[in-house]
Amino acid sequence: MAETILKVENVSKQYRLGTIGTGTISHDLNRWWAKIRGKQDPFLKIGETNDRSSKGNSEYVWALKDINFEVKKGEVLGIIGKNGAGKSTLLKILSQVTSPTTGSIKSRGRIASLLEVGTGFHPEMTGRENIYLNGAILGMTKKEISSKIDEIIAFSGCERYVDTPVKRYSSGMKVRLAFAVAAHLEPDILVVDEVLAVGDAEFQKKAIGKMKDISKQGGRTVLFVSHDMGAIQSLCSRLVVLENGGVGFQGKVQEGINYYLSVKSTFLNLCKSKKGVQVIDFEVRNSKSNIVEVIEVFDPISFNLKLLFENNIPSDLKIEYFINDLFGQPQTTISSWLNSEIITPRENQIELKTNLINGFSLKEGEYSINLRLFTSETIDFEDIYIFNLINTNFTGYKYPLKQQHGRVYTPNNWNIVE
Amino acid sequence: MKTPKEDWLYEIKPKDTLFSLNFKEIWRYRDLLLMFVKRDVVTLYKQTILGPLWYLIQPLFTSVVFTLIFNNVAGIQTGSIPPFLFNLAGVTVWNYFKECLVATSDTFKKNEAIFGKVYFPRVIMPMSIVVSNLLKFGIQLTIFIAFYLYFVFIGNEVRPNVALVFFPVLVLIMGMLGLGLGMIISSMVTKYRDLTFLVQFGVQLLMYFSLVAYPMSLIEQKIPDLAWMVELNPMAHVIEISRFMLLNENNFSLSGIIYTTVISIVVFFVGLVIFNKTEKSFIDTI
Repeated sequence: MAETILKVENVSKQYRLGTIGTGTISHDLNRWWAKIRGKQDPFLKIGETNDRSSKGNSEYVWALKDINFEVKKGEVLGIIGKNGAGKSTLLKILSQVTSPTTGSIKSRGRIASLLEVGTGFHPEMTGRENIYLNGAILGMTKKEISSKIDEIIAFSGCERYVDTPVKRYSSGMKVRLAFAVAAHLEPDILVVDEVLAVGDAEFQKKAIGKMKDISKQGGRTVLFVSHDMGAIQSLCSRLVVLENGGVGFQGKVQEGINYYLSVKSTFLNLCKSKKGVQVIDFEVRNSKSNIVEVIEVFDPISFNLKLLFENNIPSDLKIEYFINDLFGQPQTTISSWLNSEIITPRENQIELKTNLINGFSLKEGEYSINLRLFTSETIDFEDIYIFNLINTNFTGYKYPLKQQHGRVYTPNNWNIVE
Repeated sequence: MKTPKEDWLYEIKPKDTLFSLNFKEIWRYRDLLLMFVKRDVVTLYKQTILGPLWYLIQPLFTSVVFTLIFNNVAGIQTGSIPPFLFNLAGVTVWNYFKECLVATSDTFKKNEAIFGKVYFPRVIMPMSIVVSNLLKFGIQLTIFIAFYLYFVFIGNEVRPNVALVFFPVLVLIMGMLGLGLGMIISSMVTKYRDLTFLVQFGVQLLMYFSLVAYPMSLIEQKIPDLAWMVELNPMAHVIEISRFMLLNENNFSLSGIIYTTVISIVVFFVGLVIFNKTEKSFIDTI
């Protein structure tokens, strides 16, 4: 049994929402008054769970609430969760940038975190000077860096530019340099936040390989935070899924990913009522009938729409779902009209199920759904749903599509014709 | 199988109230301190034509203007000492304090990006500022010495006092005062930005109460009722004493030395405590 190297016990972190202004000083005084009387902090009692989309009453929110987990030596632990689930806060506490409100983290090794693109780089200094500076910031001594400098420069692949000021570097080159320094840091625990996304494919592969080396041969522990399920799958040995500031799941990687994919949507942008029609509910279910906001490519999903007609029931209803990319450009449309389906509601409330027979074959990424209804007039509901398309099974493809490959997967196989 | 003993390397806990400065840790990061000093010195005047000459131009021109306004126009007397040299001494010493205070008071805000990502003893940052300013101060002192020799050469009766051997101690006291005040202010700026504005013009005003361009005797003579305001200012004593050491201008009080030393040490340690408390969670409020 491997030794526990990191133990997170009941860690919670409270944040105050809104802006700091004149009101802050009165809260500060209140808190200080409670403290000298030996009472509990009056503002620690209030506070709500960290759910980004619901409107709360309290000014205080628990970004993390009672987090518990352990990390064994040599393990690569993946941490995933939706935006705002508390990943960054947890990492900040782990790397001692901020302290938890309650609870404690016990560690048997030094923790170092990989810096974001060029943080700590001084633009006027050369690559070599910055390696020294960055290494020192990360806790290396000058001697340690000097003994590894050639290795670091070689790993970064920036030999040609190493005596040029960093301000002339491309952002990819900065990441390479930053990662090269951190990778040679040899901490007991390395925290890697989503920084590799900037590098190109060659470098990402190199970086993931290096992280594998660090854990396998070096016996070191890596905490890896990412939205990239492919990287999580190929790298991690265990997974923690954060959900609204708590640990939603921890355990095997594949189960964790499935759990993450099935987390109920919070993006539903329900409109009260438009031109006498109300969208009561909209859901996306995957092939296992779980409600999802992260969808696998080619997974035969279904849309479930509930509508309420407040005035008169239309005799002929046409429905279109526009699937838009991040820039609002329609990528595909699912339309009853183009499919010449005729929908005739009988009651003032209807539920409609649309099956996507082959699922989406679009490139992975974030998409939003606009809904358009044609009754006697045209009614638009924008952004009723936002989802992430991912490709972890690589159905029909072994590797994901790159920028230059276009935007649609086309499953294929290859045979020599005899 | 034995259960592992509770032999943790360290523990991350909510902020504790006690004064806890980890000197061992600061020592471990000493290379970082040197890196920061190097960064500050090397990069300050990159892509300028005059480069480090700017270190010299600023105090020289200030002293020239002071001499014109205070001595030639306003007619302030500086005894046997040439007014320009009198002002240059004041300006050079004052500059060191000012630079330390202004630069350290911005520590948390300016380094938010890096502090928000990685941990190292935060106190390294203001300490490096004080050290790199010390280098700058050294360069400015050489120009002072050059002018000093020039005035001796043309026959002025200027000579240092034997107490000059204690000059490094005075610089240390001044550094502690600047660093201490800077740490207090930078800690408070993380939450309340009001202080940034106060520092900007406060330092400017403080200069006029710090005997930079006139001797203590003058203020005692002209506005004896308000002389206490200058008496209370530790920097006034520092500048007065440094002029005594450098130029043998015989006006200083022993009580002034003791007062200044005590104040500087108190401010420095109060600053350290506050800074240490702030560094644990400032990133949430900045």
